[in-house]
Amino acid sequence: MSARPIVEVRGVSKTYDTGVEALRDVSLSLPSGKLSTFLGPSGCGKTTLLKIIAGLMAPTSGEVFVKGQKVSGPGPERAFVFQEFALLPWASVLRNVAFGLELRGVARAERQRVAREYIGRVGLKGFEHRYPHQLSGGMRQRVGLARALAVNAEILLMDEPFSSVDEQTRRKFQEDLLELLQVEKKTVIFVTHSIEEAAYLSDQIVLLSQRPGTVFKIIEPRIERPGKTPDEIRRDKNYLDTVDEIWHVLKQYV
Amino acid sequence: MTLFGRKVPIVFSLAIWFIVWELVGRARLSTIVPPFSDVVAAGFTIVPTEKFTRAAAISLRSFAAGMGLAIAVGIPAGVLMARVPLVGKILGMWVNVFVSAPISALVPMLMAVIGIGETTVVVTVFLFAVFVLILDTQVGVKQADRALVEMARSFGASRRQLYTKILLLSALPEILAGLRLAAIRGVKGVVIGQLLVAIIGVGELFELYSQHFLMEEFWALVIIVFVFAFAVSEAIAFLERRVEYYSGAR
Repeated sequence: MSARPIVEVRGVSKTYDTGVEALRDVSLSLPSGKLSTFLGPSGCGKTTLLKIIAGLMAPTSGEVFVKGQKVSGPGPERAFVFQEFALLPWASVLRNVAFGLELRGVARAERQRVAREYIGRVGLKGFEHRYPHQLSGGMRQRVGLARALAVNAEILLMDEPFSSVDEQTRRKFQEDLLELLQVEKKTVIFVTHSIEEAAYLSDQIVLLSQRPGTVFKIIEPRIERPGKTPDEIRRDKNYLDTVDEIWHVLKQYV
Repeated sequence: MTLFGRKVPIVFSLAIWFIVWELVGRARLSTIVPPFSDVVAAGFTIVPTEKFTRAAAISLRSFAAGMGLAIAVGIPAGVLMARVPLVGKILGMWVNVFVSAPISALVPMLMAVIGIGETTVVVTVFLFAVFVLILDTQVGVKQADRALVEMARSFGASRRQLYTKILLLSALPEILAGLRLAAIRGVKGVVIGQLLVAIIGVGELFELYSQHFLMEEFWALVIIVFVFAFAVSEAIAFLERRVEYYSGAR
């Protein structure tokens, strides 16, 4: 891919204290301004890899560089969207979305202004003063997404963000995410175990093998998304070919 | 409570007991059970007296000081035990021993060491209250959602922010539950401490009334202490329910 890499993973391995080897010698370049997906079976270490890039977990060996800087912890240029949402149960939607800014010491009025803007953008206008337990799973994940967008990080790290919501919410969410990214121009690294989701969203798909995770194959679906409706994309020849191609690769170790 | 298939307010249950008490008192079955109406009357006579207000003030002061100390020590100790495994291991056993130990047995020893006075009562309240608060805080912080801690770290939370904005708030329901139990034990601590020291506060009054066989006054004081303990516990329980509401289904 021609775009310059914004994240570089060099020879990363991870063995947990329990002795489980999650990743073995993973090297990757992730292009700037694109959506890359880590796809693989459950337990292939894709979430581990994402958390190492996020700086939430240290690799056993190897290094990660973000914009040329070696990662030693979380940084303001990366924002994380969690699989199980990780919302503060005692805080309203508004405060949850503003929480990243609150931690950075942004003044209340300013962070609420920004939070309101992103609450609107993810389609939750009117829910500012609700609490997480009053929201559906899909809405909670929109709060998680708005929180990550509000800190204005260049890189969005998304850990199976749609796995806890039902299928129609998931599809709607995927469509909204693509639309949102047209405006936001971010680099997204996305973890999923869904072949269709990966093919539908991604510019680049990294297929990981079963544990210990290694890079099995990298696929670049060339789907022309702009100007197409979601249904047209799902009937696009390149989309269907990509789904087939992934399936043929994954079949080898199912 | 339901009676003959109809819902009856809880006050009626109390009322029935008071009527039974009144009847037993009227029947003069025992000198230690005066009629309830006489007890209430005695309550109204003793409350305005200077003796009572002074005793109540001393008791409240000891209670407040002991509880304040228990909170100041108990919550940080609980947090520390939850976050530093070594501290948890070293202190854990002792806290568990003391939370179930009959602390009253220690009061005579305290009197020997600290002297006969208010300080001993404050220390008694502290010892009665602190251990359950430590344990509950520890449980609360330990159970704090790891995903929330990870989330806060991913957004660059400092160590201090992690404690103030995640761990303590996350543990708040458990801390309040611990506080409620601690307050109930604290009231016991005041009464037992003062009874054993026997020359100050409500304890002095209890001694005075029972030695002079002033049963009306004695029971009136018992009721006042019971109501106080219940009121403190209910006030904290009210806070707990509010917190439960905000934290929803955790």
